[in-house]
Amino acid sequence: MQGKDQQPVRLSIGGMSCAGCVSSVEKALRAVPGVIGANVNFAEHTALVQGRVSAAELVKAVIGAGYEAAELSGENAEQEKEAAEFGYYRSLLRRALVAALVGGPLFLAGLLGVLPPLDTLSGRLFWLLVGVATLGVLIYSGGHFFTGARKSFFAHSANMDTLIAMGTGSAWLYSMVVIIKPDLVPTLAQHAYFEAAAVIIALINFGSALEMRARGRTSEAIKRLIGLQPKTARVIRNGQEVDVPIESVGLDETLRVRPGERIAVDGVVIEGHSSVDESMLTGEPLSVAKQAGDEVVGGTINVSGSFLFQARRVGSQTVLAQIVAMVRQAQSSKPAIGRLADRISAVFVPTVLIIAVLTLVVWLHLWPDASYALVATMTVLIVACPCALGLATPMSIMVGVGKAAEYGVLIRNGEALQQSGRLTTVVLDKTGTVTAGKPVVTTVISLGDWSEPQLLSFAAAVETGSEHPLAAAVLAASQQQEGLVVPSVQGFEAISGHGVSASVDGHSILFGNQRLMSQQQIDCTAIGGRLDELAAQAQTPILLAVDQRLAGIIAIADPVKSDSEAAIRRMHAIGLKVVMLTGDHQTTANAVAAQVGIDEVMAEVLPQHKADKVAELQQRGEVVAMVGDGINDAPALARSDVGFAIGGGTDVAIESADVTLMRGSLHGVVDALQISRATLANIRQNLFGAFFYNALGIPVAAGILFPLLGLMLNPMLAGAAMAMSSVTVVSNANRLRLFKVSGLEQEQ
Amino acid sequence: MGGVMGFMLLVDVLALAVIGFIVWWFWLYKPRAQVSANVAEPVEIIVADGVYTPAYIEQPQGQALVLRFLRRDPSPCAEQVLFADLGINAELPLNQPVDVLVPAQRPGEYGFGCQMQMYRGTLIVK
Repeated sequence: MQGKDQQPVRLSIGGMSCAGCVSSVEKALRAVPGVIGANVNFAEHTALVQGRVSAAELVKAVIGAGYEAAELSGENAEQEKEAAEFGYYRSLLRRALVAALVGGPLFLAGLLGVLPPLDTLSGRLFWLLVGVATLGVLIYSGGHFFTGARKSFFAHSANMDTLIAMGTGSAWLYSMVVIIKPDLVPTLAQHAYFEAAAVIIALINFGSALEMRARGRTSEAIKRLIGLQPKTARVIRNGQEVDVPIESVGLDETLRVRPGERIAVDGVVIEGHSSVDESMLTGEPLSVAKQAGDEVVGGTINVSGSFLFQARRVGSQTVLAQIVAMVRQAQSSKPAIGRLADRISAVFVPTVLIIAVLTLVVWLHLWPDASYALVATMTVLIVACPCALGLATPMSIMVGVGKAAEYGVLIRNGEALQQSGRLTTVVLDKTGTVTAGKPVVTTVISLGDWSEPQLLSFAAAVETGSEHPLAAAVLAASQQQEGLVVPSVQGFEAISGHGVSASVDGHSILFGNQRLMSQQQIDCTAIGGRLDELAAQAQTPILLAVDQRLAGIIAIADPVKSDSEAAIRRMHAIGLKVVMLTGDHQTTANAVAAQVGIDEVMAEVLPQHKADKVAELQQRGEVVAMVGDGINDAPALARSDVGFAIGGGTDVAIESADVTLMRGSLHGVVDALQISRATLANIRQNLFGAFFYNALGIPVAAGILFPLLGLMLNPMLAGAAMAMSSVTVVSNANRLRLFKVSGLEQEQ
Repeated sequence: MGGVMGFMLLVDVLALAVIGFIVWWFWLYKPRAQVSANVAEPVEIIVADGVYTPAYIEQPQGQALVLRFLRRDPSPCAEQVLFADLGINAELPLNQPVDVLVPAQRPGEYGFGCQMQMYRGTLIVK
């Protein structure tokens, strides 16, 4: 939430049940220092606050008064930004056009040799008029450069404006001296450079406009995310469904969503069921089933049924708003790779000014025609481009972080992106990362007269009411079996550490481990080697006996996610070593690792020692990523070079790691690494290009080729090169928008 | 000939003086920092015409400070402010004040600027 200065802050208020609450909330808001006025709209559950105060303080005050509050972000902020940028873009084009209308004809006439000479009265009068027109161009089309240069100078700073203003200003001044006081200039050096000044101003304005267009495309990802937010919502007020602007939806209000509609805010389903397409936020292509009690997230699409839900997060508190905020924050951060360019940028302009002075002096010493000294000096000032250097890193980061967000990968900052590109080893937590984290019945084996569904119904009956995780798996399996009736149970007894016994439909049932069967003298010879086979497959077998005879085996396992193996194959394909870290027994861990192709297993590791294992790998020289759920693995995530929190959809805590994978799939790790590597490569290309351009351009502009080849760089050409250098950097960064992760389609 | 020699000598001396001035003015000169009279009050910084005004801000040691940026420059160069050493950055919408909280820092100088380093400022903690 941003602070505001004398601008109204809109808040959504929750927990108001009567008109009396209105005065309580208003009183709390008016008590905040800086508040001039506060009005609560009970029908809309909103408050409009005037004053010099931050939204955060207001939210705190409302919560302190016993209600809930959230800032409602302005829906038009992005549109206003775009309108302002478009206005600036048009003004740049207008300035370029005016400068080109003056400079262009002069330039062409000069090429054709039809301009009047300076040594006649009519000629000098003509050039005086041209000088005045060019002054008009410098003021109208180049005024912002001169203002910027003047203000920077008095702030003891120098920037691109300084170079442009000095380059074009010196050309105009010199030309005016030639016209008004030609005696001050040697005959050989009596040339006017008005067309150069005007054309340079035209080219640089035009280049800035092009750069702005290209920059707009770098933030397409964030615009796409913002575009997910619907403008209106269907709220139930006074028993009626009414369409209201999204910002007037209050906390706890009930909303209706119809098939095909986008869900307006975050909430909980209270009636109806449906499936929801969350792919735009998580990258997960399959729709997610929703029923009463399930959470829904604003910005996702209701695919099938109609349902009612209660708003739980609105405005800046929604998952979508937080994702947008995080991506924006990451896009504007800078990794270490960009620091060298920053250090150079910081001293760049004064250094170029010094080079320009040296160029002037050397030329004056070596060449009789002073105009050569002026042209070389002016060209040095114009060709140097600190912007290309400055843009090299941030533009790529902007596109790279946005591209990652498209794949459901939220990268916290540029540093995390840079580190991700260097990783050599990925450490995976087992439960919930490689596996689904939810035990299920995986195998039912009948060893006697009872069918597999019958065995499951007996097991479900004896486990009814139990809170054991394995019991939940049995009950879930029985519910999934169509037509399966779970009979009532009598005489239930839990046998600690062994299992349970009960009577079901007149049959005595034992459900537990092998020790329970031995204790009850059940003949287990029919099992053969099946128990070892199941354990080797990472399944936990439970034996079922009916009427003192072994009837079957029900095996339970936390299955590996369907795409874990494919994702690990992709990790190997890009040269990563994959390690699994778990507290489980070695046999089970080995079995899981074998299923998915993990290189190294670290089993029976206590949660508090996971960070030490990460450190151990780092000591071996590996650059380590830790992938976990972000809650139990917090120390290991913090210890690793890059911590990946893997989510099970939109419920993931996006603040918990360096990289958050919105989709609960390990493919996100590979996607993040590939995007990071591509972004770093793009940054290197940009930095190389910007360094190379300046390192080559400045000496050539200073006339280093003149003694060898007799070549001098035309200042207008320098202006074009300078304008295009920034455009090139931004366009190269934009290439990243077309980047596609490799190996994903083949694996899906 | 002597006149030309004298002129060139004058050019050299002037050039040296200009270079000396550039070094002093842009690199060595330490402008007076704006000191917030009350750290509870935000320090307002106008972002316009290629400069932060003020560009030098003093932060008392051990105390947090709120910098309120108001961007007047429509150029996209001005739309971000980054405190690279402090890991702080913020987007600056046009004509809307944005508060940036700088937590208490160790004594030293911390630069901030736009992404291209054309806008530059310094936070001086002492």
